[in-house]
Amino acid sequence: MIPYFKNIFNDTADVSLFTAQFFKELFKPPFQINEFIRQCYAVGFLSLPLVTITGFIMGLVLTIQSRPTMVQFGAESWLPSMVSLSLIREIAPVIIALICAGKIASGIGAELGSMKVTEQIDAMEVSAVNPYSYLVVTRILATTLMVPILVLYADLVGILGGYIGYNIHGNMSMFRYFSEVIESLEFLDIFPAIIKTFFFGFFIGMIGCYKGFNAAKGTASVGIAANSAVVSASLSIFIIDMLAVQITDLFF
Amino acid sequence: MKTTPPAIKIENLHKTFGTNKILKGIRLAVNQGEDLVILGRSGTGKSVTIKCMVGLIEADKGKIEVFGTDITKLNKKELNAIRTRIGFMFQNGALYDSMSVRQNLTFALKHHTKDISPEEIETRIVETLESVGLSESIDKMPAELSGGMIKRIGLARTIIIKPEIVLYDEPTAGLDTITAREISELILSVQKKYKTTSIIITHDLACAKLTGNRIMILNEGIIHAEGTYAELEKSKDEWVRSFFI
Repeated sequence: MIPYFKNIFNDTADVSLFTAQFFKELFKPPFQINEFIRQCYAVGFLSLPLVTITGFIMGLVLTIQSRPTMVQFGAESWLPSMVSLSLIREIAPVIIALICAGKIASGIGAELGSMKVTEQIDAMEVSAVNPYSYLVVTRILATTLMVPILVLYADLVGILGGYIGYNIHGNMSMFRYFSEVIESLEFLDIFPAIIKTFFFGFFIGMIGCYKGFNAAKGTASVGIAANSAVVSASLSIFIIDMLAVQITDLFF
Repeated sequence: MKTTPPAIKIENLHKTFGTNKILKGIRLAVNQGEDLVILGRSGTGKSVTIKCMVGLIEADKGKIEVFGTDITKLNKKELNAIRTRIGFMFQNGALYDSMSVRQNLTFALKHHTKDISPEEIETRIVETLESVGLSESIDKMPAELSGGMIKRIGLARTIIIKPEIVLYDEPTAGLDTITAREISELILSVQKKYKTTSIIITHDLACAKLTGNRIMILNEGIIHAEGTYAELEKSKDEWVRSFFI
């Protein structure tokens, strides 16, 4: 039992040091602008097809599934606002963050893990290039910036999916649908949801990098790094979400 | 009269991983322009020794002087300044697999030499690839290269920065006899052309004979024997002679 707790404390200390080093290196030149842009492209642009399909299906299915109950209560006209509020406040941020944890955190974990195993990180270090600044800072910044953008995009696509879902059985013009959505939304529906996605993005990048950067020797460790990155990032998303909801509830 | 310090001088180097004592007080000195081969069986600490020389592995105890500066006492910035004078060829090439051959060489050069013009980069890349005989592979990805080609490109990436010292970690490991000989000859030509100081870690006798003008044999964490190939081949120590059978 004691070694188990010792390991937990050691891991916590390692993650904390890793995070502290990120903030230390963040403001230290030289800034790897090109690598950061390349990572933004890989994290953001290359995730668009997946996010589009997921966002669209979320909106469509949520509308179709909620419709019978809403009709039963004579509240069919509330469907656009209910779907958009659910998507923006909770469903889109969490689902898209989980998708990113699966795609991005595992990708980063596997990539950095394989670089570690094949001595590419050592090669960078002996070339007097700071591998932390080049590999870790750029990736964490890219995920922190791109995940909120992907979530906002998924919100829009999801609302569009909701519109199509509504019109399978009903009849409402796009202008009226979106007017109802916009009328029902308030600043406090959007603001906390966006803020928490920055944290989701940060933790997805940080956990992916930490697991990859600390992979053990051997090819098996690459798989372990990728797998544990997904598990830890997914878990952290739920924990952050719970904390975000509590904090929002407390202050707003 | 002012004497030139050795390129690398190691005194009483110790390194332990867990309970496993790998290095137990290594002492060596390599003069500038010299080509030293460190021979030894697998797991005797050869790679650990050269990784300590560039600060990739932190020594537990001892002194490592590179061009007269003890690198164990340097901070990261000072260590990086020394590293720009050293090239390291990794056992498996360690090419960045998300980059093409051209990008691998550009990356090394750009980070090493600030304010280098794109024309100068291109000239240096073409010249270096020619010297390792792989000009046609300039736009290939590492995954498209064979084991021998990866070693050659690894060497090209090492020498493109024109280092004063080159450390070779098992340069012929995992290669067939003919390709291993080609790599050894390539190392020899690099030593002559760029006038580098070399430390070659290997257990390939043919490579040791061709590339080293002095050989050290590492055993159980200490230097067991030292001399030229011919001297060690005729050593009175049976264990040393067993290496050359």
